[in-house]
Amino acid sequence: MLESVSQTLILGILVGALYALVALGLSLVFGVTKFLNVAHGELLMFGGYASFWVFSLLGIDPFLTIPTTLIALTLIGAIVYQLFFVRMVKLPEETKIKNTLLVGFGLSVILQNLALRFWSADDRGITASYSGVAFTVLGVRFPLVRLASLLTALIFLLALHLFLRKTYTGKAIRATVQDWEAATLMGIDIQRVYFLAFVLGAALAGVAGTLVAVNYSIEPSMGLNWTLKALIVMVLGGLGSITGTLVGGLLLGLTESVTSLLLSSNYREVVGLVLFVLILIFRPQGLFGTKEA
Amino acid sequence: MLSIDAVDAYYEDIQALWGVSMEVREGELVVLVGPNGAGKTTVLRVISGLLRPASGRILFQDRVLNKEPAHKIVALGICQVPESGRIFTGMSVLENLELGAFVPDARREREKTLRWVYEIFPRLRERESQFAGTLSGGERQMLAIGRALMGKPRLLMLDEPSFGLAPILVDQTFEMITKINREGVTVLLVEQNVRAALELASRAYLLENGRIVGQGTGQDLLSYESVRSAYLA
Repeated sequence: MLESVSQTLILGILVGALYALVALGLSLVFGVTKFLNVAHGELLMFGGYASFWVFSLLGIDPFLTIPTTLIALTLIGAIVYQLFFVRMVKLPEETKIKNTLLVGFGLSVILQNLALRFWSADDRGITASYSGVAFTVLGVRFPLVRLASLLTALIFLLALHLFLRKTYTGKAIRATVQDWEAATLMGIDIQRVYFLAFVLGAALAGVAGTLVAVNYSIEPSMGLNWTLKALIVMVLGGLGSITGTLVGGLLLGLTESVTSLLLSSNYREVVGLVLFVLILIFRPQGLFGTKEA
Repeated sequence: MLSIDAVDAYYEDIQALWGVSMEVREGELVVLVGPNGAGKTTVLRVISGLLRPASGRILFQDRVLNKEPAHKIVALGICQVPESGRIFTGMSVLENLELGAFVPDARREREKTLRWVYEIFPRLRERESQFAGTLSGGERQMLAIGRALMGKPRLLMLDEPSFGLAPILVDQTFEMITKINREGVTVLLVEQNVRAALELASRAYLLENGRIVGQGTGQDLLSYESVRSAYLA
């Protein structure tokens, strides 16, 4: 009993860190630009395929495909931004959220069909040579791939944290989040900040896609499911905080795995959405967000 | 240095400025006074590029600003202390000051400028690592001014820096502004505290209903019958 409980918790944490990374890009983009890009899951899917491609062509370790995936998704993010989102920058906040929501839905359909055309509807997965390897400590299994994913997710969370805290550009991004007009008066080019945040968000979605391809599988219609996960985590953690995103991800991961243990894994997906609705009703600023942010 | 020529400006369909013409010369401390809602803040927004003038011309050091984006106008040396400071409350005092020196020219000399700002406002040095949101009202105003100074302004524009401050702090703020002006920074000051502002002005303009209705030295405006009865009674 004790072992299955600790196993459940460990798996919840491992999955939760991945969820945090999935939500990180969406949260960054929404926090800075107030664009609600519901095609986030499709960008993630493209990241998965980018890694799958390089992995199958070169046969290298799946985690070594991350740099090329980052580059690919940076480019895709830049193109998508210039084609669809650049026009929305000057809209008032509410219109911006609504319009980007619509554009995002359209974009997700386009990206799904592109993926279908390029890679067919088959499920693809990345299986590394060590995919079945796991450590056992006190009867609890630690799958190697999941551990490596946890580490990767934490590295990217930390990297973004340091970027936003320590660099001039990162500070400009935070200033823009707080008060874009005051930021403009500092000589910060808001358009550039928006572009940068969007492209960074796409790149982060890409890495998350790599991890999803390694841990689960990828196929063209997977996006919505992951967009939903990202939204749940974002709402749980509150906006504008990387720590909040991490905690939100872990909470979702743990809730899901505990639900599988206590009820049945059929209810796993539902529980996240129930949580989502409850938070929106009772604590719309997120568990850790402040009312104003 | 700065000349505004027959500028009209609108918010949506509502005209806020009607043929406003003003001039600020190098080294001056120019004050713009007028009642609430006269369009004083709008004048600053038009200069700093946050609002586009519908017609007229804004010239700064022989450069037309009408179409320049706001962030480029900052890089040209026009820094603004917006109404109620608008400091970044979720960031530290030092980070606020660093952001003030965001434009390349200012960033290169930010260590030096920071020492200068700390000399003017020693309190900011003491509070350096504190969140700006934890500062008192007076300290926030110091930070807002210090942050603008970090941009190495050729022209410093202040929007009602005395607003909401205790009387003793108001006097201190005006002293600071005079001191900054004496150190060679040209100042354009928007104020509701008419008497105090006019007393330190090199020149002043009176704005009412979006129109300039009076100008002259600070003393000139202080002796205007309309100014006396409306603001100084």
